[in-house]
Amino acid sequence: MKIFVCVSHVPDTTTKVNVAGDGRSLDPAGVKFILNPYDEFAVEEALKLKEKNGGEVIAVSVGADPAKEAIRQALAMGADRGILIKGDKSDAFSVAEMLAATIKANSPEIVLMGKQSIDFDGMEVAPMLSELTGMPSATVVVGLTIEGGKAIAEREVEGGKEKIELSMPCIIAAQKGLNEPRYPSLPNIMKAKQKPIEEVASTASGARTAVVTMTKPEKKRVGKILKVESDAKATAHELAKLLHEEAKLI
Amino acid sequence: MNILVYFEERNGQVRKPSFEAIEAAKSLGATSVSAVIVGANTSAAITDQAKKAGANKIVVVDDARFGEYSSNAAAKAVAEVAKQINADVVIIPATTRGKDLAPRVAVRLEAGYIPDVTQFSTEGGKIVATHPVYAGKANVTMEVTTAKKVFSTRPNLWKASKDGSSEAAVESSSVSFDESDFSDRVKELSLSQGKLDVAEADMIVTGGRGMKGPENWGLIENLAAAFGAATGASRAVVDAGWRPHGEQVGQTGKTVSPSLYVAVAVSGAIQHLAGMSSSKTIVAINKDPNAPIFAVADYGIVGDAFEVLPHLAEEIKKIRAH
Ligand SMILES: Cc1cc2nc3c(=O)[nH]c(=O)nc-3n(C[C@H](O)[C@H](O)[C@H](O)COP(=O)(O)OP(=O)(O)OC[C@H]3O[C@@H](n4cnc5c(N)ncnc54)[C@H](O)[C@@H]3O)c2cc1C
Ligand SMILES: Nc1ncnc2c1ncn2[C@@H]1O[C@H](COP(=O)(O)O)[C@@H](O)[C@H]1O
Repeated sequence: MKIFVCVSHVPDTTTKVNVAGDGRSLDPAGVKFILNPYDEFAVEEALKLKEKNGGEVIAVSVGADPAKEAIRQALAMGADRGILIKGDKSDAFSVAEMLAATIKANSPEIVLMGKQSIDFDGMEVAPMLSELTGMPSATVVVGLTIEGGKAIAEREVEGGKEKIELSMPCIIAAQKGLNEPRYPSLPNIMKAKQKPIEEVASTASGARTAVVTMTKPEKKRVGKILKVESDAKATAHELAKLLHEEAKLI
Repeated sequence: MNILVYFEERNGQVRKPSFEAIEAAKSLGATSVSAVIVGANTSAAITDQAKKAGANKIVVVDDARFGEYSSNAAAKAVAEVAKQINADVVIIPATTRGKDLAPRVAVRLEAGYIPDVTQFSTEGGKIVATHPVYAGKANVTMEVTTAKKVFSTRPNLWKASKDGSSEAAVESSSVSFDESDFSDRVKELSLSQGKLDVAEADMIVTGGRGMKGPENWGLIENLAAAFGAATGASRAVVDAGWRPHGEQVGQTGKTVSPSLYVAVAVSGAIQHLAGMSSSKTIVAINKDPNAPIFAVADYGIVGDAFEVLPHLAEEIKKIRAH
């Protein structure tokens, strides 16, 4: 089974966000970049599929040289080789376009990805990739079985779950709960350094959106914090009164 | 400007975020707002709800095969209708279904797409949309640089429009599908009975790890019942197996923006805030005055949840009984 897994290289969740001098991007100074956490679920699922069916796991990322770190992490978890598409991640469409070109050239049987990159929190690359490759997709997937030439994906929706049947080849975007990603062992981290990462050129036709400004949300919260001194009932009464009379919520 | 809004239907009901999207469309100064409903045997009961939403026109795409929803085929339907009515802008509510559908429609229309918009403004005829990034630690304002534009709008931030002053005309549109359009099909939808989902609730009471164990959840449920709210959970609580993942709020859970969000014994980690910081009013109850949740709270109590909750539920019930 030829398995592709799309990985993005993103600022760590605990990063303090500072806006760069241009007023519309993240100041990268002091920011630690990691493999997108949702992509870890995708890599894990890819490795499980390989363990079951044999084949090859190829980790692909769009970005500049540092994005190789995300690929290396996938290789350390057990992926066989990597592809770095050297392009500008100017918007989700450009990323999807570049991934689509590489995927079409390689004809994998399945493409795994994360439900969302934790940089722009867009949740858009998987459905776009589906349109561009003609492979059906399911997003926010928490369960996956493949049988009889079809994939059954279980996904979370408001108030419950739904099961989607997809023809193969298909695209699956993972949500937490799909599996427990493994930790790379030290020998595997060493081995990953020897695994090949091929570089291919960008095929993007140009971004379709542009960032105008980036700002930090200004806090305009009321901020009335009461403290229980001795009588919890009195404090509860006071809060209920505020919610009733001031916030008019009850 | 012609705007097309996608109306999402489930179990015979047009879902609330669809009505909100109409309001968002109007705020952009649309000259005409149309709504599209994609389904199988769409009943008059459904179009009747849509008629009152304040749209100028309702377009129904009906095909028996939508008895099993397909995102791919629905995208084709919405994109075709957008072309037929010559829509400049398509707005799709950012529900789970909508977030999957909108990027597809954008690709089909060769349009740029901005996801999960929390605010619109128009500057010199240009539409500028706000989208939260980095788990809500920053906002970007973005513009679409193509002629056609697609947006998804975060639920609960616009008023649901039901003005219904004039009833919209209902038209059906024919879109021809072939079997390959239905390459994905929803085979089964299982909803947990009777529980209001956090993603749809107007009020939410969430419990965190400070509740110590599932045996104490009655306190959270009791407070939620007093407000008429849904119950939510932090990831720590879900990971511990006290509550199902469907209730989780935050980056790995659901994004919510209710009118009232009550966080009880939740520390307020950035990934939790990512899912709830756009709530209109936030109330925090935590025994640690330095818990980060207080930094985003409008109201709060520094105190022991086990002491405060029963009293608070009583006080709320008293007020609501009047
Ligand atoms: C990639 C990633 C994604 C994540 N996604 C999510 C997500 O979607 N949602 C999410 O919630 N988290 C998420 N997290 C985890 C997050 O970082 C926190 O670990 C989690 O939110 C903590 O949950 P908590 O507030 O319930 O627990 P804690 O942080 O342990 O906080 C418990 C709080 O309870 C208070 N407390 C204790 N006893 C009492 C009492 N008797 N009365 C009142 N207060 C009391 C304490 O003061 C404390 O503030 C994610 C983390 C990562 C790395
Ligand atoms: N630059 C990238 N390179 C490779 N894959 C990416 C890239 N950006 C996003 N993806 C994939 O698309 C998923 C969803 O990302 P997004 O739509 O940006 O939220 C991620 O979890 C990745 O699997």
